[in-house]
Amino acid sequence: MKAPATPPPTPLLEVNGISVRFGAVQALERVSLEIRRGEIVAIIGPNGAGKTTLLNVVSGFYHPYEGQILFEGRDRTELRPYDVAALGVARTFQNVALFKGMSVLDNIMTGRLLKMRGSFLLEALYWGPAMKQELEHRAFVERIIDFLEIQAIRKASAGKLPYGLQKRVELARALAAEPKLLLLDEPMAGMNVEEKEDMCRFILGVNDEFGTTIALIEHDMSVVMDISDRVIALDYGARSPTAGPTRSGPTRA
Amino acid sequence: MLELLHAVLVAPFKDMAGSPTFLVEVLIGGLAAGLMYSLVALGFVLIYKASGVFNFAQGVMVLFAALTLVGLIERGAPLVVALALTMAVMVALAFAIERVVLRPLVNQEQIILFMATIGLNFFLEGFGEFVWGSDVKKLDVGIPDTSFMAWGVQVNRLELTAAITAAVLVAIMAVFFQRTRVGRALRAVADDHEAALSIGIPLNTIWIVVWSVAGLVAIVAGIMWGAKSGVQFSLSLIALKALPVLILGGFTSVPGAIVGGLIIGTGEKLAEVYWGPLVGGAIENWFAYMLALAFLLVRPQGLFGEKIIERI
Repeated sequence: MKAPATPPPTPLLEVNGISVRFGAVQALERVSLEIRRGEIVAIIGPNGAGKTTLLNVVSGFYHPYEGQILFEGRDRTELRPYDVAALGVARTFQNVALFKGMSVLDNIMTGRLLKMRGSFLLEALYWGPAMKQELEHRAFVERIIDFLEIQAIRKASAGKLPYGLQKRVELARALAAEPKLLLLDEPMAGMNVEEKEDMCRFILGVNDEFGTTIALIEHDMSVVMDISDRVIALDYGARSPTAGPTRSGPTRA
Repeated sequence: MLELLHAVLVAPFKDMAGSPTFLVEVLIGGLAAGLMYSLVALGFVLIYKASGVFNFAQGVMVLFAALTLVGLIERGAPLVVALALTMAVMVALAFAIERVVLRPLVNQEQIILFMATIGLNFFLEGFGEFVWGSDVKKLDVGIPDTSFMAWGVQVNRLELTAAITAAVLVAIMAVFFQRTRVGRALRAVADDHEAALSIGIPLNTIWIVVWSVAGLVAIVAGIMWGAKSGVQFSLSLIALKALPVLILGGFTSVPGAIVGGLIIGTGEKLAEVYWGPLVGGAIENWFAYMLALAFLLVRPQGLFGEKIIERI
């Protein structure tokens, strides 16, 4: 769970010259970037720059027609979303994608699905190893719930929560999978100042406590400057030459 | 006028009180029929929950399963072997549907998927008759269609067996989908495809699972209805009876399908026996639809369906 003290030479994620096109729209053109273990990277750019497309490619929802994606040094350009998730990439969505009919707790528990093993029969009977497993996962989920300070809404129906809390629950679900790489698509969109501050605190906390590598898309530059180790700028589907991989976050010790 | 009111509101209840054993018999018959409706409705609910598709072909799947079973028995397979083979055929069908119909149409509008199941409906109907012929076939599962007496009440053996089987099956499914991780994954898929994919749920596998389960449910329904009224095209029409059940219980609720089926089953039997003579009978054929219509006006999401709230 801890970030390694000396990062291995291979970056966690390497994106090499990927291009994506929707009909006549060139969403991404030969974009390359790398994300190193344990860092927080912000992806910025104007609307339509291809930020979300980039995130969708990395998490396997879209596939580039050229270029390559390496995760932990292995090529995984063609993988589908659930395979990507199994590798240890979790994400949140720009428009919150929670299971609205389920409780907050159930939502977060679904994040543990990939970690669960064992026989359906025992699970159905809720007996023996199955019960032990359920309890272990439940304990881990409770830790996340404490961490994100959502104890009070544990049993609430996810769809009925205010927007800011929904975003927090979505983050909790992504964290439940114990991801190596966490992709956040505008985690602070539509939040007030207070909620933004909370979210910043949580993102930094996740990075600290779990050693999770985080890539996030954000428009609010003050937020970006406060929490990110590095900034990647996209413009019209390409890396903007003005903002290379320079360290920009003096606020983070 | 008073006489009419008396005939509608008083006389039927007098009859019920006058002969309680007969009332119990009617109720048992109704519950048994209701469980069978529930069984067909469950097939709909499962698929609707998991893929948001209203599977028009559910009724034909019942017919197809029964045809396959009878066809295999006619060709000399023992009942158990025929049953196992039919199960294999239905699971294979689920794989084929996922591959040929659902996968190419992923992310399409609901109405397009619905149209695809109409196509599937005609294909299965034709294919079943092409392979097994279109004659009315008799299905004998070794349970006589006779009655015995228990505490002074007549009970039909076939109906009783059907009811118990349906109840057991329904209980197994309810537990499976509430308690196992596949169940949790299924509920997640039903709620939000994108989010489900992002947490590592393979959509295609879930589809195969639900279509397989729906296929297995279709076999049981096919056997039960087939043993009663013969295996013939009209079997596929019992799917129509599942519609009022769904409207009553809610399209997304497993318990709803069960309770809805029981209400429709007993309701139509009671209406037929006690109120039927008033209008010359045959209430059984339309009672379910009237009840569904009334429900649509009062509670469109059904008894157990998720409440429809729009945030503005």
